[in-house]
Amino acid sequence: MNVIDIQGATKVFNPGRSNQVEALAEIDLAVEPGEFITLIGPSGCGKSTLLRLIASLISPSTGSVEVNAKPAEQARLDRDYGMAFQTAGLFDWRTVTKNIELPLELMGWPRLNRRRRAAEMLELVKLSEFAKHHPSELSGGMQQRVAIARALAFSPSLLLMDEPFGALDEMTREHMQDELLRIWKETGTTVVFVTHSIPEAVYLSTRVLVMSPRPGTIASTIGVDLGDRSAATRDDPAFFKKVTEVRIALREVEG
Amino acid sequence: MNALKGFSAPIVAGVVLFGLWQGVLSLFNPDGFVLPAPSEIVGALIENWDEVYQGVRITGFVVVSGLIAGIVLGIIAALLVTRFRTANETITPLAVAVNAIPIIALAPIFNNWFGLTSPRSNQAIVVALVFFPIFINTTRGLTQVDRSQIELMESYAASRSRITREVRIPNAMPFFFTALKLSTSLAVIAAIVAEYFGGRQDALGPMITQSAGLTRYDEAWAAVLAGTAIGAVLYFAVLVLERVAMPWHSLIRAHGDDK
Ligand SMILES: Nc1ncnc2c1ncn2[C@@H]1O[C@H](COP(=O)(O)OP(=O)(O)O)[C@@H](O)[C@H]1O
Ligand SMILES: [Mg+2]
Repeated sequence: MNVIDIQGATKVFNPGRSNQVEALAEIDLAVEPGEFITLIGPSGCGKSTLLRLIASLISPSTGSVEVNAKPAEQARLDRDYGMAFQTAGLFDWRTVTKNIELPLELMGWPRLNRRRRAAEMLELVKLSEFAKHHPSELSGGMQQRVAIARALAFSPSLLLMDEPFGALDEMTREHMQDELLRIWKETGTTVVFVTHSIPEAVYLSTRVLVMSPRPGTIASTIGVDLGDRSAATRDDPAFFKKVTEVRIALREVEG
Repeated sequence: MNALKGFSAPIVAGVVLFGLWQGVLSLFNPDGFVLPAPSEIVGALIENWDEVYQGVRITGFVVVSGLIAGIVLGIIAALLVTRFRTANETITPLAVAVNAIPIIALAPIFNNWFGLTSPRSNQAIVVALVFFPIFINTTRGLTQVDRSQIELMESYAASRSRITREVRIPNAMPFFFTALKLSTSLAVIAAIVAEYFGGRQDALGPMITQSAGLTRYDEAWAAVLAGTAIGAVLYFAVLVLERVAMPWHSLIRAHGDDK
């Protein structure tokens, strides 16, 4: 069973009006459990739009989007996925623990279970000592880790991430990539990850989807098989080969 | 008490200001005719304590009841307007325009509506003056929400009212308190000026006009001082309330810049 099944999905914003935007043209995509998919493409090509379609935050103009073999809308109502954005989007008025508990509160978890789960998640992202802090007391990288912990708190089978490390410096970013891969391996979650960094795409994913400029399509798919990632991977000639391959594919679509 | 932290600077500044005032006047203006020295004002305050106290009660009631009604109405209107997008897009700009009317100038007209000696007209002025900034600012806070926070809540299939409670209302708190701090001083000014034109005759407003008319400036200033005290107490109460209601906010001020 596919985690994501998209058939002939298109998205036109403001149809029939003067500000009409054809964001996505004919997307077909099937994602299997446990895959780590990255979407890469020129800015404005519809990466976020595609992610929002999967999340059912917007609905397709034509075509269908299914998540866990049901309409995306139903999957959203069933809370089948967790989501993280470029801005951590934490609530300043909640402590770190309370931020992670938010989805659990909405799902009606009892208090003690919430507490316990939040503590586990904080351990996972190595922020246990900041449990009672407020987000404004944390660095950008730490906030992003809290956002990821929040997205993972209810063990969704699917994790949707829109340039979550985009605002981080290079060192923090590489560290976060390793943390994310560790979590991905530990939890067996399927991930769809938007990025505009080629090395990040290659380092993280099992499959890189290169999108064409607007209206976005999936122009090419590049499988990545580099085995377990480590610091050495970033210096591996095979890694560079993949980076070059993605770069060429991107150059082709940008024309 | 943590909530009191940071209030000492204005107190010190006030003491210095009054000291300078007293010092300069004792050197250059021994008659104290136009501007009495603080010592004379305090003297007049003690001498006329009963009347001033009565004035504070009457004017204070107008201010506090007007503030509370204005706040409640402003918040209700803001919540209603944010619930319906078209209402927000039509009513809010209108409110901004109406807010430009110098409401205090309506005092004589309000007297006509509510009766010359009734405190109702003064209350109505305060309500109208407080309502608009509270309404406009709170609406802003309820609507100017981080887009990704709303999407996050939608991704959890949260209901509209839940999103309002979890995201919009906390987001609106700093906006609301900014308006409230502005409103407390405005409310005192509005009440006293409105009382110049009507309402109860034992309020602070008539006390100021009557004393000044009789060239009893020290008494007029004593009443002004009493009005200032009402404003200061209210402002202080709002500051404490703000820190209690938004404990996270002082953290943002302390840490916000080094993110
Ligand atoms: N809600 C919206 N209304 C109108 N146009 C939109 C909306 N969201 C995105 N777009 C447009 O759709 C195109 C794709 O946007 P987006 O998916 O955000 O691109 P990317 O994430 O790849 O940079 C852009 O031209 C953008 O302006
Ligand atoms: Mg985007």
